[in-house]
Amino acid sequence: MIAPKKPRVAVFKMASCDGCQLQLLDAEDALLELAGAIDIVNFAEASSHIEPGPYDVTLVEGSVSTPQQEEQIREIRAESEVLVTIGACATSGGVQALRNATGRHEEFVRTVYPTPEYVASLEDSHPIADYVPVDLELTGCPVDRGQLLGAIAALLRGAVPRVSTVPVCVECKRRGYVCVVVAKGEPCLGPVTRTGCGALCPSVDRGCYGCFGPAQEPGNTDALGRRFIELGLSPREAADRFRFITGWAPAFREASEDLRREEAPA
Amino acid sequence: MTHRSVEVPVIARVEGEGALHITVDGDEITDLRLEIYEPPRFFEAFLAGRHFAEVPDIVPRICGICPVAYQMSAIHGLEMLFGVTPPEGTRELRRLMYCGEWIESHILHVFLLAAPDFLGYPNAIELAKVRPDLVKMALQIKRVGNDLMAAIGGREIHPVSPRVGGFSKAPRRRDLEAFLPRLAWALEQMPGIADFVASLPAPAFPRPVEMVSMVNEGEYPMNEGSMASTDGRRWTFEEYETITNEVHVEHSNALHSVMADTQTPYFLGPLARVNLNAERLTPVARECAERAGLHVPEVDPFFSMAARVVETALAIEESVRIIEGYVPPDPPMATAKPRAGRAMWATEAPRGTLYHRYDVAQDGTILQAKIVPPTSQNLRHMEEDLRLFVPDVLDRPDEELTRLCEMVVRNYDPCISCATHFLRLDVERR
Repeated sequence: MIAPKKPRVAVFKMASCDGCQLQLLDAEDALLELAGAIDIVNFAEASSHIEPGPYDVTLVEGSVSTPQQEEQIREIRAESEVLVTIGACATSGGVQALRNATGRHEEFVRTVYPTPEYVASLEDSHPIADYVPVDLELTGCPVDRGQLLGAIAALLRGAVPRVSTVPVCVECKRRGYVCVVVAKGEPCLGPVTRTGCGALCPSVDRGCYGCFGPAQEPGNTDALGRRFIELGLSPREAADRFRFITGWAPAFREASEDLRREEAPA
Repeated sequence: MTHRSVEVPVIARVEGEGALHITVDGDEITDLRLEIYEPPRFFEAFLAGRHFAEVPDIVPRICGICPVAYQMSAIHGLEMLFGVTPPEGTRELRRLMYCGEWIESHILHVFLLAAPDFLGYPNAIELAKVRPDLVKMALQIKRVGNDLMAAIGGREIHPVSPRVGGFSKAPRRRDLEAFLPRLAWALEQMPGIADFVASLPAPAFPRPVEMVSMVNEGEYPMNEGSMASTDGRRWTFEEYETITNEVHVEHSNALHSVMADTQTPYFLGPLARVNLNAERLTPVARECAERAGLHVPEVDPFFSMAARVVETALAIEESVRIIEGYVPPDPPMATAKPRAGRAMWATEAPRGTLYHRYDVAQDGTILQAKIVPPTSQNLRHMEEDLRLFVPDVLDRPDEELTRLCEMVVRNYDPCISCATHFLRLDVERR
């Protein structure tokens, strides 16, 4: 009898901090167990043994940020049966998308690099799904280790991974944390941000800043923006709350744009 | 004349993306470029215009392996500018959090990134098949570091509680005391790990170097102090940008650093720290140095792995000391009132000194930011190491040459996401 072939898994990185793939290395014991069930055939950060595609499951961290990456992501998609994007950069452009729609990309290059002509960079930082079809998106900055391992395990069983999309606010109530808006007057994105972190920021007495991006039903971002202003933020400061780690996700982008328009009356 | 070109298109087991191109004519290297193709992310540019309180949430995103380092350099600098004194106990709690990051990052490097090379395995998973106990033990020590970071910061990657002024919430004493048995176990493993590192077959590569590290009165440096080099230079954080210079080279999205006066490279990181602070090592750290054969002055970059083991032991011993004396800061943070001016600070990231500078407006808006990560400061030195190292091993076949070059680079535990944040080897032999 021939042993069933282990699924071939690849991990790629685009523009990012490595934090999401580090969640795999940080999985430690689970990593060794996982390594028994799959063949990790391309994971440059972990191994110098690199095999070409095709791959059964491909995980991609990071945003598309250079002309080369636009090509690379299409090649990766063509080699991958299932493509999973992991983390805020891959799913919404990441914190580096703060450069988007500023019209200031060229100035940014000049700010950071003395010789701008050496740098190849796209004007905007893009989520992977802007270029190729994505089978599963796992958000978070970083992606949650439990969600990531759960999703891989489900894919190995041939099941559709289920990821919670309820807001942080619901999780906070479930865990019985004191509301930081009510108790401390802290602006908190919990009502409109999807959970995944376990309501981490409220658990340490501070407002959520949106690492996991908009909840599936992002709710009333307008009302939340107005509440931020009542708490003493200027429209611009309120806009910056949405325009942050996952600020290029459509629901948060619109909310920040609306608030910025308030700041600058026509 | 033979022409040889060695290309390493993706340097494996480093953080971030880079490549190495070497062109050799006969036995002369005619071109050697460490190419950093990790894309730029423009942190310094988009920090401008943000509120100072957001900085500790933005800068850790530069690096998932050393987020605490980024938070600490930024927070200390801004507190100094604003004249904020964080509550009593904050200093020790920050040092404890940094110890967690040193443990996690150093063990990750020694066992998951570096050790497989020396033993001829492509990765730690293959190494684990042959030495399961060793790899499992290492992963458990790493977990202690990760868990310490999470216990203080909420999570180990991009912690959320560190703020300008202190912590949004301080951990309870009993939650930290629960680490003591795990730390005691981890410390017991360290002399054996030092023996293991000493047993690894490493090339001998002594070379003249100028090493740079922070130094601080009465303690091994992490969060506070001033700068020192093995050539006798001394400078303050305020002088950092006049003593060193950043230069931009065509093949790299990371800037290179050199000494401003001599335009020569310098070497940061664990080996530099041990050399400049050997008298401040803790007892088990000292024992590990002895067992690993690390006697200062030690100028061979291949002793960097031993230095990481020494510092892991130090970080564990420091963690025990801090937890035993821990009283939670109450309140956990002081109010930070912004003040216009320039903030300049450095701390010791696992890979070396990390310098930040912020120009801040009266209302607390960041006007300009400059971040000089350890890996970009080390890049020039890495290239120079390769130029000196490669001629002696040119007789080796391409595959082995590639592995040796990667080992030279990995001595620095480069963090390319930070430097632009590494290696495709491209050896062109003519």
